[in-house]
Amino acid sequence: MRKIWWKVVCVLLLSVTIIVGLLMPVPALNILNETIRNLYFHVPMWFGMMLLFTVSLVYAIRFLNTQNLKFDIYTEQFAKVGILYGSLGMVTGMEWARFTWGDFWSNDPKQLASALSLLIYFAYMALRGAVPDYDKKAKISAVYNVFAYFIMIPLIMILPRLTASLHPGNGGNPGFGDLAPSMRPVFYTAVLGWFLLGCWIATLGIRYQLVAKKDLLTGGGK
Amino acid sequence: MRLKHIQSYLAKLILCLSAVLLPLITNAQDTGKVAMADQMRGDGKIYVVVTVIFTIFLGIILYLFTIEKKIKKIEQNQP
Repeated sequence: MRKIWWKVVCVLLLSVTIIVGLLMPVPALNILNETIRNLYFHVPMWFGMMLLFTVSLVYAIRFLNTQNLKFDIYTEQFAKVGILYGSLGMVTGMEWARFTWGDFWSNDPKQLASALSLLIYFAYMALRGAVPDYDKKAKISAVYNVFAYFIMIPLIMILPRLTASLHPGNGGNPGFGDLAPSMRPVFYTAVLGWFLLGCWIATLGIRYQLVAKKDLLTGGGK
Repeated sequence: MRLKHIQSYLAKLILCLSAVLLPLITNAQDTGKVAMADQMRGDGKIYVVVTVIFTIFLGIILYLFTIEKKIKKIEQNQP
């Protein structure tokens, strides 16, 4: 995680996203107009959030297997950046909705479900803050992290698709893949770029925490 | 004699007219094409937005690199 090459790749991918994403011709669709370009910025926040939570889940399981507190730090930091991405996705989504759906908040099933899953991860942070003993905190929050992940996936990915929704690709609406197939390459570039940026921020937090909690990790604390 | 008089009169008139009109012609050429980073003002000035967003993005990346440098220093100072 100290290597520089993937950070350079991240910067290149995001540069392409910003420059090509804002300048490349996009399909002209009613209501959406030029805001369709938010596909490169709003949607990757949620994809990035889910990928970061997946990494967090993997480290939570590894912690439960090994009881190595290092993995607890990994779990926490990836979850934190995931929450940051989710919050940004929520705010950008509301800004986008204001000018396409007419309101910041229209109680859309996907809006509600993603707000719920964000609250579930806020509770993860609250839980961590509430347990003073570090070993106990790590164990309880790792178990909670696994549950939170498997509640988040149906909340965001499955339930909104079953009912009527304003979101594309939900409740029988055509998704962006059908609306604008020409936007796919830049979209995947954006998802990978934003995800790598999230990993970069997370590794900075991890490296800081590894130094700050050195006594706990080597077992020589107290 | 009289023809010569008219000729010199005409010459003066042309000189006067050109003195008045020439600047107008050059002025017309100026307003036609002044190269002023037109690309940045084209297409509803979208390029300005691109520049601004890209600047912010580069600023964040630079900030991340400086944090990383500080963390590296702390890591190396570890016993």
